[in-house]
Amino acid sequence: MNIVENNKKEQILLHTILTLLALICVLPFLLMVISSFTNEGTLMRNGYSFFPEQWSLESYRYIIQRGSTIFRGYLITIGVTVIGTTLNLLMTTLFAYPLSRKELPGRNIIAFFAFFTMLFNGGLVPSYIMWTQYFHIKNTIWALIVPSLLMNAFYVIMMRSYFTSNIPDALVEAARIDGAGEYTILFKVVMPLSGPMLATLALMVGLGYWNDWLNGLYYLTDSSLFSIQNILNRMIQDIQFLQSAAGATADFGVAEIPSVGIRMAIAVIGILPILCIYPFFQKFFVKGIVVGGVKG
Amino acid sequence: MKSKGKKRTGKVHKKQALVLYSMMVPGILYLLINNYIPMLGLSIAFKKYDYSKGIFGSEWVGLKNFTYLFKSQDAFIITRNTICYNLAFIILGTTLAVVVAIMLNELKSAMSKKVYQTLILIPYLISMVVVSYIVYAFLSADSGFINNTILKAFGIKRISWYTTPKYWPFILVFVHLWKSFGYNSIIYYATVIGIDSSLYEAAVVDGATRLQRIFHVTLPGLKSTIITMVLLSIGKIFYSDFGLFYQVPMDSGLLSNVTQTIDTYVYKGLTQLNDVGRASAAGFYQSIVGFIVVLTANMIVRKLDKDNALF
Repeated sequence: MNIVENNKKEQILLHTILTLLALICVLPFLLMVISSFTNEGTLMRNGYSFFPEQWSLESYRYIIQRGSTIFRGYLITIGVTVIGTTLNLLMTTLFAYPLSRKELPGRNIIAFFAFFTMLFNGGLVPSYIMWTQYFHIKNTIWALIVPSLLMNAFYVIMMRSYFTSNIPDALVEAARIDGAGEYTILFKVVMPLSGPMLATLALMVGLGYWNDWLNGLYYLTDSSLFSIQNILNRMIQDIQFLQSAAGATADFGVAEIPSVGIRMAIAVIGILPILCIYPFFQKFFVKGIVVGGVKG
Repeated sequence: MKSKGKKRTGKVHKKQALVLYSMMVPGILYLLINNYIPMLGLSIAFKKYDYSKGIFGSEWVGLKNFTYLFKSQDAFIITRNTICYNLAFIILGTTLAVVVAIMLNELKSAMSKKVYQTLILIPYLISMVVVSYIVYAFLSADSGFINNTILKAFGIKRISWYTTPKYWPFILVFVHLWKSFGYNSIIYYATVIGIDSSLYEAAVVDGATRLQRIFHVTLPGLKSTIITMVLLSIGKIFYSDFGLFYQVPMDSGLLSNVTQTIDTYVYKGLTQLNDVGRASAAGFYQSIVGFIVVLTANMIVRKLDKDNALF
């Protein structure tokens, strides 16, 4: 067998394995999407299936007509993501830039102050008591924005090393000689040169806010403040409740409200923006992972 | 301009320094509140928590919460589960990610490399809540895809997945790998493409086969990234993904023996069982031992490869 033919076989083998892995990653989502378009009776009778007997738009019709809760949850998710990401980027950049200025006295102490939070933390119990008893954050919209997500020492350090290695000292010096203040330098000189890094950070932070359900789980009982993730979480807890109440013996006929199809439709709506944005920003996601990964 | 006459070699004026410090005020305040106050709040583990008196006003009870925690079976089970799952994740996850990274690198077509990378990263982008919906679609006893389609096709009786503990170690490991292998593969792949191409050319000239190239060029090139990644995961061995262990098994009580980790235990103690004492003792135990482990892991990284150490 010659080498070319051998190579071809190897390539086919590689493609087969990788296609299989890619399918394992993607097919579960397809099952989710198909279930959301499946007739409820079919779902109850045949279960979740890739090839439903009867298709239906009923779930989406229901959400559009009567889904004010879901619509509100969606708006909350969008609002929290936009506000949270903006604040996070602002605070991270403001923190990271001075840390990147070698001439600033005491910057290493402050960097360590930030870094230490990556090694040691108080955990859930003290944080929970602090936010609820001292800051009275329970059942306010701040519960979804402030705890743990607003700024992260890891991103600060990532941003600082970007500034250190990509912003020439001479440029900052030149701006200072021209009489520019430090804030002007940061916003007019440094930030415009950090576009790709800011985009990467925005995507990582935005994804974190969009997908967060923990803050809502810890700090919200008022369902009118629920984000789409919290609504999804509450619905699956209701299934748990129904199952435990009905006992493990009653396998069939448990009344589930909202129906299976509607639940899946909400989940689909919840991930749709991510899946739509992702292919176009894939480069930035990959960059964020590569920059952050090894030291994350 | 005041500064004109002076020699300015990388020095800041007092005023400039103050302005720079002012930028950091919001961040420092946030870290103080979000991170440092809870560290002090760990003292709650040695107190009998009283809601009306707060963390710092509650009565000291010494080690009572800890004796209470460690006398029960719980301490052993949650420690065992947390560590064993993490070990399985580290071993299987690293192997899978490295293999996929190498396969991506061996592909010829640049286009397919990108398509595969894009697809295998998708599970990483989805929240654990949505993952739990997907898992439920497969495993639900009465309508799940596995019971209704796969097992049916083979004529196997339905399995009540959410009430049978023996399957869950496999399910949880599978779900974790499914969600994270794309992410890790991309990190390793970035290292692989950074390997000096002249090494490959030399290997080809020497007549090395593809496998020989992988074992003698690619894997040695990946070694330092693998060691760093593994040690960093070992540093986090006392922590678990709350969503994976709480949300995916749907908090099923019958499974708790194999799904309970330190994080789910603390959450349940705090919110469902109203047992702040035991929850805070478990949290303290996690914070302190976790801290010791991360310092040790970093010390080892430092010894092996200084550039990859966290500090």
